[in-house]
Amino acid sequence: MSLSIEEVRKIAKMARIHLTPEEEIRHAQTMSSVLDFINILNELDVEDVEPTAQVTGLEDVLREDVVRDCAYKKELIAQMPSININQLKVPAVFSDSEDVI
Amino acid sequence: MKLNELTIKEAQTGLREKKFTAVELTQACLDRIKERNKDLNAFITVCEESALVEAARADEMLAKGTDSPLTGIPFAVKDAICTAGVRSTGSAKILDNYTPPYDATVIKKIREQGGILIGKNNCDAFGHGASNENSMYGPVRNPHDLSKVSGGSSGGSAAAVADNMCIFAIAEDTGGSIRQPASFCGIVGMRPSYGRNSRFGIMPMASSYDTVGPMTKTVEDMAIVMSVIAGADKLDSTTVPEEVPNYESNLNLDLSGLRVGVPKEYFELDGLDKEVRELVEKQIKNLEKQGATIVDVSLPFTKYAMAVYYVLVPSEVSSNFGRLDGVRYGVRAEASNLFDVYANSREQGFPEEVKRRIMIGTYALSSGYYDAYYKKAQQVRTLICLDFDRVFSEVDVLVTPTSPYAAFELGAKSQDPIALYLADVFMSPAACAGIPGISVPVGKNKAGLPVGMQVMGPRLSEVLVMKVANKITQ
Repeated sequence: MSLSIEEVRKIAKMARIHLTPEEEIRHAQTMSSVLDFINILNELDVEDVEPTAQVTGLEDVLREDVVRDCAYKKELIAQMPSININQLKVPAVFSDSEDVI
Repeated sequence: MKLNELTIKEAQTGLREKKFTAVELTQACLDRIKERNKDLNAFITVCEESALVEAARADEMLAKGTDSPLTGIPFAVKDAICTAGVRSTGSAKILDNYTPPYDATVIKKIREQGGILIGKNNCDAFGHGASNENSMYGPVRNPHDLSKVSGGSSGGSAAAVADNMCIFAIAEDTGGSIRQPASFCGIVGMRPSYGRNSRFGIMPMASSYDTVGPMTKTVEDMAIVMSVIAGADKLDSTTVPEEVPNYESNLNLDLSGLRVGVPKEYFELDGLDKEVRELVEKQIKNLEKQGATIVDVSLPFTKYAMAVYYVLVPSEVSSNFGRLDGVRYGVRAEASNLFDVYANSREQGFPEEVKRRIMIGTYALSSGYYDAYYKKAQQVRTLICLDFDRVFSEVDVLVTPTSPYAAFELGAKSQDPIALYLADVFMSPAACAGIPGISVPVGKNKAGLPVGMQVMGPRLSEVLVMKVANKITQ
């Protein structure tokens, strides 16, 4: 299985990662070899096998629906990259300049 | 013997008998870090000032008699685990400036006892790697030979314990990240059963695989730390409710009647180093001499475990790592629009392997590929779990080499991701099934590099696994 540069670009865009042209080439090669490696799974017929998503067997672990105060408001706010009066500043979400997937 | 060379057990005794103070013990570790970290690069952050303050407080607890098992014991923590007030980067630049406001639950438990946080260990970024070469803070070198890797991803923690820069360490194992560096550096490392120890405050890699465990100098120390950190946690809904047994009460084991399984797939692997095989087989013979029944067993789906791992783990990674976007915390790249803020922050903040895994996961989960990759891998994961269920009806524990080889040269596998993925070939099956696995040192090869042996048991069999491991090290 071989991924093209265009496919890598599309995946990188979905994953929100910029790649340099050199990185695109390297990832096309290495991701293709990973996909080849993974192909060993096609040797197996698993049609009637249940998928395993977790190994504990625990189900519906819930806590009481009670509001709790956050003990570290100040410290969390201090971690924000850009702050304006105790609020997180972010770049504009809506833009007409970019056609994003 | 220097104070920093002590085990937890020895340090506990010395502190209680007032042979030395926690401040002196901590200073001895700090001195060792100062002397050796420039060569090993095992620490990203050293808590020199706060560790001495914590040590003075521990001495007060010891004087008042309000001490607990880990009071006054200096320990190090993998940098992918959150520590309150102490920078935690995950060894990636996207969190270069990140100081968590809280401790991971396992760290909280140790610090509440008066354990002394001495520093944060270098690792492969967010746990992605098996050689510690995927850190954005430089590789960790093996204390037994500086030209060799420490193993990974918890390489800094393994090197720090092996080189006596701390008394023990807390690290994380998703597919071998505790056991493989423990093996390469000649110490004890255990991946507990999934759900035994809380994952709250651990930077998540693959949530259905991640575990937190100790790295120690002896199995006895492993039991001491496990007794402190294990147990259910309201902040991690995947922790299991089963009571935590007393791990320390009796580590001695009468081997008569114990059925020890030797899975042939592990010993038939091409690339299993001859010296590693011989050292492990010698230990198996020892177990037999002491009364254990050795049983040849087969785990036919072993060869699929790595492929399962490299579909499911990147898939979970691609989802978990959505949070690392430079918006709410960490390092935000400057850009004129939101998309570029995300994409530039992630470009600059992640090393190549993290990008690769996010993209493989993104691809495997994308429309049209989900059934072929993700679902299929989950189905094969079931077959691997069933393999273990069946074999544990025939034997009590399994023994294998931890790694097919001893520590390799820096750079030897760094250009070939698949070669590096295969370093975890003996460790990833236990991770798929969520069962415990411990690596203990069983000697050195002719080049003077440590070799590790792995003991695996059924889910929540940590007591038995540690007993067998303890026997092997005696």
